[in-house]
Order: sequence, then structure tokens, then C-alpha cells
Amino acid sequence: MTGDRPLVAVLDYGIGNLRSAEKGLQRAGADARLTADRSLIAEADAVVMPGVGAFAACMDALHGSGLADAALESIESGRPFLGICVGMQMLYEGSDENTGVPGLGVLPGHIRLLPDTVRRPQMQWSPLRVVRDTPILAGLDGAWMYFVHSYAAEVTDDVVAVCEYGGDITAAVERRNVFATQFHPEKSGVNGLALLGNFVTNLTRAPA
Amino acid sequence: MTVRAIRVIPCLDVDEGRVVKGVNFVDLVDAGDPVELAARYDAEGADELVFLDITASSDRRDTIIDVVRRTAEEVFIPFTIGGGIRTVDDARRLLRAGADKVSVNTAAVERPELVAEIAAEFGSQCATVAIDARRTADGRFEVFTHGGRTPTGFDAVEWAQRVERLGAGEILLTSMDRDGTRDGFDTELTRAISAATNIPIIASGGVGTLDHLAQGVTEGHADAVLAASIFHFREHTVADAKRHLAARGITVRPVDDEPVRFDS
Repeated sequence: MTGDRPLVAVLDYGIGNLRSAEKGLQRAGADARLTADRSLIAEADAVVMPGVGAFAACMDALHGSGLADAALESIESGRPFLGICVGMQMLYEGSDENTGVPGLGVLPGHIRLLPDTVRRPQMQWSPLRVVRDTPILAGLDGAWMYFVHSYAAEVTDDVVAVCEYGGDITAAVERRNVFATQFHPEKSGVNGLALLGNFVTNLTRAPA
Repeated sequence: MTVRAIRVIPCLDVDEGRVVKGVNFVDLVDAGDPVELAARYDAEGADELVFLDITASSDRRDTIIDVVRRTAEEVFIPFTIGGGIRTVDDARRLLRAGADKVSVNTAAVERPELVAEIAAEFGSQCATVAIDARRTADGRFEVFTHGGRTPTGFDAVEWAQRVERLGAGEILLTSMDRDGTRDGFDTELTRAISAATNIPIIASGGVGTLDHLAQGVTEGHADAVLAASIFHFREHTVADAKRHLAARGITVRPVDDEPVRFDS
């Protein structure tokens, strides 16, 4: 904690645009730092794993940077953890996008290709339908968020919000200290910043 | 329930770090600071932004990196950078600075593998291919490069299908016959490309009225509509555009972002 601002480590494993997640969390009130420093990650109040690109490329980069273990350790420690987009998908057991490449296996289930009946990728804003209330989604039932993906997690008991795109698509999940979104809160304007704000606010309320 | 929501995308032409606007790139007028304009469009309800870097001098190209950095600090909607991207390293620098997608055009025509390389390295969602097309005498559409000056002999429909196979995540399709005319999109072109591919198509070139935007969707079957001049000089706000589309029965993210009420 830096003053009132919780320290949030944003895992920097060298792929695409990770900076926007850091900036969004800073705007939401966190002392967010894009980092690959394992000691900093270990002492952070929360850990965020963004991700863009192909599943295998992200898994390779995550392992190659040594941050797969850091992610698993922080999840096991019970500290709040947020996965975004492919950063969410990597929490599952595996993906149809690259069969044979195991995910982190923190969440049960697999990542599946979106239905053939819709244009892929889903590259648009869609409204959330909250199916289980949780503090991180407070005030966000019906809020429009930005999605860009061709694959999504199969609907499991962990789902807390869905969007409609050729059927109910997993939009957000929560399991113990792990929260994850298929959409990009850091790219979803005021609604996305509200979600990140809820995440950060919960950190300051959590017992030290 | 809604499946498809149409994106409204203002385009900003950036020359050495400033937004400029002219007709067919002549008589360029300074239209302001890109980050300020981007923030205004965000506030008005823009779904995404496209920055087209038209800086001619290659040693001034770093100015766009600074624009990307500053935009990523202030604007929390997706934005794409196009113009002058020739290599995976060019793309990496822009993405690392905070851009969400890069758009390639001439470099992809000269070396199509560039599309596959960017998609493999950063994902298809980052890999936008801009296609500038003109009608030919025999009723087809031909791809042009270098701002619409250089014919390529490529058929636009075949090229669109090819870039989809190479891993493009989206096509930014500009009618060079209509660009700057304010006569409306070439909706036949848009419809032809949309029908031939399964990735999102952004219609571009020729918007002069709000109803042209609607035509891009209803007649062109575009997934997103892009315009520049109607927004820059405040003839219309992005909010006006979205209200107009909604009034035409087209689903858009609402301007005031009122949450959708579910009956469940």
C-alpha cells in the first residue's frame, strides 16, 4: 500500500498492449505498476494479468518470462487476482485455439471457439447481464463493455456475467480470490473504469 | 437480445503530432491536438478511434509514438494506428506505447506475410488491414496503395479474402472514388467485401451526412462506420451520429450509456 493507494502488480510478460491496463488501474485509484519483478509482484496487494493475442503465444510468453509461477503463487496466496481477456483464458485448463497447450488450470473448464453463426472476432461493445451479484460488478448490470475475441470460456458455475453473441457468452467469472473478464475493462470507458474502481476499492477494504 | 452492435469510429489524420483536415490531403488545416480531440470523441460516445499518421518525413515518425502514449493516459477506449507501419518492430513499438491495433496497407500489399507476422506475434485482434479500393471499368474493385495513387492489379474482394486467411482481424475499407467527396459510402463495395469475408468490416470514405453512416450498415452491411470531416469541425457530434443510427433501427452502444434493463 502506498498511502491510500493499493499496490497492484500488472504482469509484464512482453506481449502487445499491456500499458492500457496499468493506466486504467492508475486512473481507478491504484498504485499500478507494469512489472516483471517477482519480489514486487509478491508484495503487491493484488495482481492483474492482462493478455492479448493468441492463447499459445501468451502462454509461451508467460512461461518464458517466469511469470506463470508468479501468477500461480499470487493466486494461491489468496490475494485478489484479476485476469483480463487472454489473461482470463489462460486461467483455464486449455483452449480450442491451440489444443495441446495447457493453461494454468486455476479455473475448471475450457476455452471454446465462438459460434459459427456470428462474425468472428466479436469486436464490439456489448451489454453485460449479471447472473450472480458480486462487489466487483456493483452497478454494472446492463453496462456496455468492449469485447475483442474469437474464443471464450465455456459457461460454468464460476460465471458472474454473460453477454449475448450467438448465445450466452462468458463475460466475467469469479472463483474465490480470482476475478476475470473476457472484455477489456481498461478499454470500456467509464463502465470499465467503474469495474476497475470496484476492484481497487475492495482492496482498500480488505483486512491488512 | 442484441447480437451485433455497430461501432462508430472517428478518424483523425495526424501530421507531425497534430490533427489535420483537408480534402484529399490538400489544403490541410490544423484541427487541433489529437489527444484533446480523442478525449472529446470518447466523451461523445465514440466506440473506437483511428489515428492515421500521414507524417511524410520518416525522421519525424516518432511524434506518433508520443501521441499514442499521451492518448493511452487519457482515453480508455480502443484505438488503432495506421500509416507507415512496415515491420513487426514498427507494430510492436506502437502497441507497447498503448495502441490496441495497428493498421497496415501499402506494406501488406508489397509483402503480404507482414499480416501473418503481426497476427502471429500480437494476435489477429491487433492486425487491421486497410484496403483502399477503386472501381474499374469492368465493374470490379481494384486495390490501390500510396494513398490511392498506385494501382496494384489486386482484386479487392480476393485481397480481402486473402488477408483474412493471413490472420487479419478486421478490414478498414476505403472507397477512393468516394473519399473526400461527401457523397456517401460506396455501399456496393462495402457489401461485396462484407459478403466475401467473416471478419468485421469498417466502412470508410465519403461520409457527408449522418444518413450516410446508416447506409453503410443497412446497404453496405458494415460492422463499423468511420468518418472524419463531419466530426472534426463539429458539423455533427459522435452522439448525433449514434442517435441517428439508433433512430434508423440500428443497434449501437447508447450515447448516455444508460444500462440496459434486463427483465430476468
